[in-house]
Amino acid sequence: MRARYLPVVAFAGLVVAIQLATHFTDSAYHLTQLTMTAYYSLLIVGLCMLIGYAGQISLGHAGFFAIGGYLSAFLTTHNLAPHQAGALISLLSKSGLLVTRSDLYGGSLLTVHPWCACVAAAIVTVAIAYLVGGPVLKLRGHYLAMATLGFGVIVYRIVLGTEFLGAADGISDVPGFPLLPGLEIAGKSSLRVPNYYVAWGLVTLGMVLLLNLIHSRVGRALVSIHGAEDAAGAMGIPTARYKLNTFVLSAVFASLAGVLLTHYNGGIGPSEASVMKSVRYVAIVAIGGMANLWGALSMSLVLNYLSLRGYLGSFDDAVFGTILILIMLFAPDGLLRRHLFSDVKRLVTGSAADEEAP
Amino acid sequence: MAGITYGTIYAIVAIGFNIIYNTTGIINFAQGEFVMLGGMSAVTFHQFMPLPLAILCAVIVTLLIGAIIEIVFIRWLHKPSVLRMIIITIGISILIRESALHVWGESVRALPYFTGTSVTSINLGGVYVTPQVLWVVGVSAVAVAVLTAFFNYTLLGRQMRACSANRDAARLCGVNAGNMVTLSFMLSAAIGAIGGCVVCPITYVQYDSGTPLAIKGFTVAILGGLGNSTAAVGAGMILGILESFSIWVLPTAYKEAISISILLLILFVRPSGIFGSSEASRLKEF
Repeated sequence: MRARYLPVVAFAGLVVAIQLATHFTDSAYHLTQLTMTAYYSLLIVGLCMLIGYAGQISLGHAGFFAIGGYLSAFLTTHNLAPHQAGALISLLSKSGLLVTRSDLYGGSLLTVHPWCACVAAAIVTVAIAYLVGGPVLKLRGHYLAMATLGFGVIVYRIVLGTEFLGAADGISDVPGFPLLPGLEIAGKSSLRVPNYYVAWGLVTLGMVLLLNLIHSRVGRALVSIHGAEDAAGAMGIPTARYKLNTFVLSAVFASLAGVLLTHYNGGIGPSEASVMKSVRYVAIVAIGGMANLWGALSMSLVLNYLSLRGYLGSFDDAVFGTILILIMLFAPDGLLRRHLFSDVKRLVTGSAADEEAP
Repeated sequence: MAGITYGTIYAIVAIGFNIIYNTTGIINFAQGEFVMLGGMSAVTFHQFMPLPLAILCAVIVTLLIGAIIEIVFIRWLHKPSVLRMIIITIGISILIRESALHVWGESVRALPYFTGTSVTSINLGGVYVTPQVLWVVGVSAVAVAVLTAFFNYTLLGRQMRACSANRDAARLCGVNAGNMVTLSFMLSAAIGAIGGCVVCPITYVQYDSGTPLAIKGFTVAILGGLGNSTAAVGAGMILGILESFSIWVLPTAYKEAISISILLLILFVRPSGIFGSSEASRLKEF
């Protein structure tokens, strides 16, 4: 086994250890927030890939999260029964893409199957990400930050102002996401433990994927783009294409996180699309050390959990703002940057500081 | 007329952006918060003192906050990267907003109309406007004129421009570049606060009203060409009027989405702004 996967194993061990700890201390209710944390973490590792490795900031990732979540929520709750006579609907129905289920009041609902909704959400996200990413990623610095922020605000305003997306109330009564017979992604307390493992299993899968990507030719190309884009271009790296593909990849991560969390929570509201959420994701990536997937993941675990459990109270946003400023002022490479240990060693031994490799 | 009122306030925010950008090359994402702070503190001061004095105090308070921000967060950073500055100023804007939430709560506030009431109107060649609109336009026009005069005819203003043109050269000539940056933050906070005071009888003010203003102010700054304050006024009017016309076509809820779409469009098509030259912007560092 290569050294790259050792942390993965350690991480899986940690996940199991947390579950066992909550089991023996009789505090299994913590698992609900931990499962939600897992889905946010999925978004954050994807964003870490974009910010840390490709060097492109995005202040609009809550937008992609919301696109996934809202699409899936809308498709799986919108009743198609009145349009059943239509050719398209009956075609979809015959090909098994629709499901019939009963709603809260016993009436029957004809909706899109969650799996199809998920695939649709992913496809739409890819399309939007290519559409937005193409021109946006030509920008740099302030312009890039503002453009992605603008994208996030547009998504927020649209979900807030659109009647069939529930306006300020969002969409509720979203059904569970069936995985296997008897196992679905839903917030039922009987399924708490399996859901916890499913969620963190997905995060682990995502991590393995990204770790492999980083250590491949593509990953090295991305690091060189981050270091010096012009130089990377001169070396024959198709910088624009690599940046765009990373952007789309991280958007898909965000969108899938949105889909799954929406099914887990049984609903989604416009606050998921707000700018503050995007800023929070960037803050977590920054604390984790920008180009450090494990750092981002561990910080996401800690901070999202604290915030979801409500330990930060009404100072929630202020805490993230403060963290953001402090990190950027005193440790712009992040708290858990990759050369932390060697830096500490160098400080202790007192040898002259030489230039860090990026 | 609503278009012109909003356009003026966007232009004021854009000018605030430009002042700081010109001396430091930083886009201060907390610019909208200065407007909010100006309006909020003016409302608070107005409870104990007459209106003109309250506005003066509000401007001074905001100006001091601007100075403190620069001294605490910006001054001692040595050649910070753009990404770092973006994140720091975003963090500052969150901090200001959250502090405002804890100090003032979530309630919406407003100053009284400076002259007359909300129903008074003045006939301007067939168009009826409330006097407050005239106040907004008038005060903003004076502010822009004073700023232009300041930058062109006073020693201090020229020193600030020298810093923006070439910092090292300015320093060699004996200009204290650090103080100029502090001064630019103070000026930009003050003009934001003035804007916040004059406009808040019409638009009201709340702890989170800064962010949308910052985004639209940035749109206007880009539209006019970053760093060009005279063009920003024209661009502000264009955006304000476009926005008020968009209500006829689309629901009000999408108003903000419209102006941001304009921002994205401008960024994609002509990042130097409609009044700027693309040659010059290529030389600038973003």
